[in-house]
Amino acid sequence: MKIAIIKYNAGNNFSVECALRRLGYEAIVTDNPEEICQADKVIFPGVGEARSAMEYLRAHGLDEVIKSLKQPVLGICIGQQLMCRHSEEGDVDCLGIFDVDVKRFDATQSDLKIPHMGWNTISLSKDDFIPSTLNGKYVYYVHSYYVPVNEATVATTDYILPYSAALHKDNFYATQFHPEKSGDIGEQILKSFIEL
Amino acid sequence: MLAKRIIPCLDVKDGQTVKGVNFVNFREAGDPVALGKKYSDDGADELVYLDITASHEGRKTFIDLVRRVAENVSIPFTVGGGINQVEDVEKLLNAGADKISINSAALRNPDLIDGIARRFGNQVCVTAIDARMEGNEWVCYINGGRVSTGRRLLEWAHEAQERGAGEILFTSMDHDGVKTGFANDALAMLHDTLSIPVIASGGAGDYDHFYDVFTQGKADAALAASIFHFNEIPINELKEYLCKRNITVRL
Repeated sequence: MKIAIIKYNAGNNFSVECALRRLGYEAIVTDNPEEICQADKVIFPGVGEARSAMEYLRAHGLDEVIKSLKQPVLGICIGQQLMCRHSEEGDVDCLGIFDVDVKRFDATQSDLKIPHMGWNTISLSKDDFIPSTLNGKYVYYVHSYYVPVNEATVATTDYILPYSAALHKDNFYATQFHPEKSGDIGEQILKSFIEL
Repeated sequence: MLAKRIIPCLDVKDGQTVKGVNFVNFREAGDPVALGKKYSDDGADELVYLDITASHEGRKTFIDLVRRVAENVSIPFTVGGGINQVEDVEKLLNAGADKISINSAALRNPDLIDGIARRFGNQVCVTAIDARMEGNEWVCYINGGRVSTGRRLLEWAHEAQERGAGEILFTSMDHDGVKTGFANDALAMLHDTLSIPVIASGGAGDYDHFYDVFTQGKADAALAASIFHFNEIPINELKEYLCKRNITVRL
């Protein structure tokens, strides 16, 4: 099993690498298109800002590489958002894999705080890559922007409004939460992706 | 629903946990990694590691420790102590920390908050504030509570938020170590003033103090050290207690 973690300017690569190692998998962290294309599974992690991340991906040709991948790809947090059509964060066009635009949480809609930070529950809306036993379990979130519910949504979380906790379309998978920081539950989700 | 967070805090000197730790049948209490893992297994929602080492050698040891925590612990953790510049933050994040906490350095040089937030995002930057009540005002202190800055708590907390802090970690020096409950009035004022999450610290002594800090104090998270280290309040039992009293916690 070859796992590639995409190296770019908005990744918490080391945390993802550590989580995989705890599951017994070694991954390579790389921005080399050949290494990424040859991997059995690709993880596109992220902690950062959308505009500067997209600029970096374009400057390094990684945008086209990611879109062309045929093996299972998992986007995490900003990775998920960058796989959408457009983001309100920096008003930037993204990869367009998921046919939906990323919005900012509207603070005027509630007295809830932004960023949405901490542990919240997932509701599985489709039987997909997240094991059904994890319906209603807590996962860890840190974000101010969200992906609205759309046809690729396979799980939702309710914060200010119900939004996409996880997406799946063709070989592309994504989570808004951080499975690598979500304890045992997160590790089970990473494992189910790796074992697809 | 977003869960209220319980956060144990570990003070580290030269790579070892310093505050007395006393667990029955737990031999590795001095090892911050083993202790963090134990807390994580017990249901802690996050961990905070504070480096209280002064020496340069000790700081290198702390970076190694951060790396080992990232390798072994599967929940988020914040690190603080001795961070004076953006480069310090980069080293800690590269070693696997999820967030960093700054205190005196931010009050001395508030631009540090802007710098960290711009480079790494607001969510990374926890601003810790130590304050005590003087007359009718909460006044901010630096250097481990030894030096008054004259700055007012609410005003400084608001400025920190505007500059890009992602969370405020407020310690009441009047309540710290006394174990009679958190500074709930001040915490509720912070909650009402700020749009970012507030972590309460200082004063935890019993189960109901946590209930009070989440209801009266409106805190998003509660941090404590000694009551967890001495197993006076096991984290899993605390969370079951809070759940029974209708506080949303991750079980």
